[in-house]
Amino acid sequence: MKSFSYTISDPLGVHARPAGLLVKAVKGTRSSVTIEKDGKTVAADRLLSVMGLGIRHGDLVTVHIDGEDEADACETLKTFFEKNL
Amino acid sequence: MTKYTGKGVYGAIALGRVAVYERYRVPVKRDRIKHPGEELARLEKAKTQASHQLEELYEKALVEVGETNAQIFDIHRMLIDDEDFNEAVTEMIQGQCVNAEYAVSVTADNFARMFEAMEDAYMQGRAADVRDVSNRIIACLSNNGRTEFHLKEPAIICADDLAPSETVTLDKDKVLAFVTANGSYNSHTAILARNMSIPAIIGVGEKFLSDVKNGDLAIADGFTGEFILHPDGKTLEAAKKRLQTELEKKELLQKLKGKDNVTLDGRRIHIFANIGSVDHIGSVLLSDAGGIGLFRSEFLYLESHDFPSEDSQFKVYRRVLESMPTKKVIIRTLDIGADKQVDYFDLDKEDNPALGLRAVRLCLTRPEIFKTQLRALYRASVFGKLGIMFPMITDLSELKECLSLCEQVKRELSFGGRKYADDVEIGIMIETPAAALISEKLAPLVDFFSVGTNDLTQYTLACDRQNPRLERFCDPHHEAVLRLIELSAQNAHKHGAWIGICGELAADTTLTEAFLRMGIDELSVSPAFVLKIRDTVRKLDLSSEKTF
Repeated sequence: MKSFSYTISDPLGVHARPAGLLVKAVKGTRSSVTIEKDGKTVAADRLLSVMGLGIRHGDLVTVHIDGEDEADACETLKTFFEKNL
Repeated sequence: MTKYTGKGVYGAIALGRVAVYERYRVPVKRDRIKHPGEELARLEKAKTQASHQLEELYEKALVEVGETNAQIFDIHRMLIDDEDFNEAVTEMIQGQCVNAEYAVSVTADNFARMFEAMEDAYMQGRAADVRDVSNRIIACLSNNGRTEFHLKEPAIICADDLAPSETVTLDKDKVLAFVTANGSYNSHTAILARNMSIPAIIGVGEKFLSDVKNGDLAIADGFTGEFILHPDGKTLEAAKKRLQTELEKKELLQKLKGKDNVTLDGRRIHIFANIGSVDHIGSVLLSDAGGIGLFRSEFLYLESHDFPSEDSQFKVYRRVLESMPTKKVIIRTLDIGADKQVDYFDLDKEDNPALGLRAVRLCLTRPEIFKTQLRALYRASVFGKLGIMFPMITDLSELKECLSLCEQVKRELSFGGRKYADDVEIGIMIETPAAALISEKLAPLVDFFSVGTNDLTQYTLACDRQNPRLERFCDPHHEAVLRLIELSAQNAHKHGAWIGICGELAADTTLTEAFLRMGIDELSVSPAFVLKIRDTVRKLDLSSEKTF
């Protein structure tokens, strides 16, 4: 199991478009990925769940990655967050 | 005559007949079913059909409103495949033996309510997206897909609210305006209307729906957010006049779009746009400006409750650069002082803020703030053609200090393995008489000058810009101001730098000829003036001798 924390810097937060991109990125891995905000954890490959977290600018989220390609997936997702969120 | 007021989401005016939006909604009934398996298969088929429709809608939107906005239909497709949504629907069908229409409708309603309950206005707007998708699936389930609303003649569309897909499906050439009872500024429909350049008013209230009838004469004023039903003679005349002016403007725009900024005798000039926020990039693109001549970075600081981080600045700069591929984007570093209050800067009160610790003076006094901005700028530089511009320079030593901070930032970035572009242009604002007078010494160190005429006038004529009683003494056409600009232009060219004007004077068409004769290379104006200046430039002939 791998995890990392990230503070959202996109001024709009995780709105519809980036949430969609995130779900796609997660589906591209072979690991099970969850995203946690304020103690609430949801599966990161589910669009409505991710949008339902209402992640805003400045929020701290933690991403947990568990699975066969977790090391690679962790790097990929870290880069994804830095680039898009 | 009745007036309704809502929020204008796109500034334009429309006059015409009303068409009340009718939507074909399959009434959803709760039915007991015997074979959940068959019901699920029926649902699968409907979802595939809905998905196909959304693909087509995406293609249509791609052409009409661009990729970023078309992506909403991609999101809609993902919602159809969303596990949370599908698990809930499947559970209802299997567990309660209800029909698919009912299960989809109830589930969508639950998710829509979840969004409506969220604090963020933007997320609240997503409820409409969920409902839009569910209506599409339900229409597909009822076997006839969706009966679209057809417009026979151009009309002002009146509706309770419009789903994004409904907005895009409408025949754009026949829509004079959108007026809706509900809806938010952040709804995708509002965003789409803006991008389709159609006047739109939202949130005028439910009452107007019971008053409007097909064929009623009405005015939709997207500037003020007013919807006027059965206008009286005087109002109608005024609206017609405004419509005519707008039409002329639009025609000018069409005629001049894509044309060169060149005088009759072949002298070329760049016309760029000034902007103060990323939200205005759309209007820059529409204006056909050749680049951004002044991007005021202050909004990043003014809108924030604390110093904006390097990352959040980087993202904004990157977005601006990416949306102007191959075009120059000149970003002015922080220009803030005691006249623009930002609490977290903790600035002392000053008797003369205009002559105080502001702009580059503040940046050099607190280099840690400055370096954060410079790092964000250099990191973003790989995404386009960036120019960095320092405001309020009065002395060579200040410029040298700025340049050495730039070098320091670049070294640190290289050391940290970060990339930056090698061709970032560096420039300064010429907005103090001091800078203009020593422009000969400043020019060799920079790639460009940009004249800020508002401050240059204020400092040259010793006139406070904020004091309305000084207006008659504060003449920006004053010979002293023009001479300082001319001197700066000569010195810039002597040392191979280019010179632009980004103050209000740049948009003053009575001076365009004088500026061209001085050798000004670029005029940066607010987007609305770009084509007006182009029009002026194209009518000029500089071949005959004339001095201003």
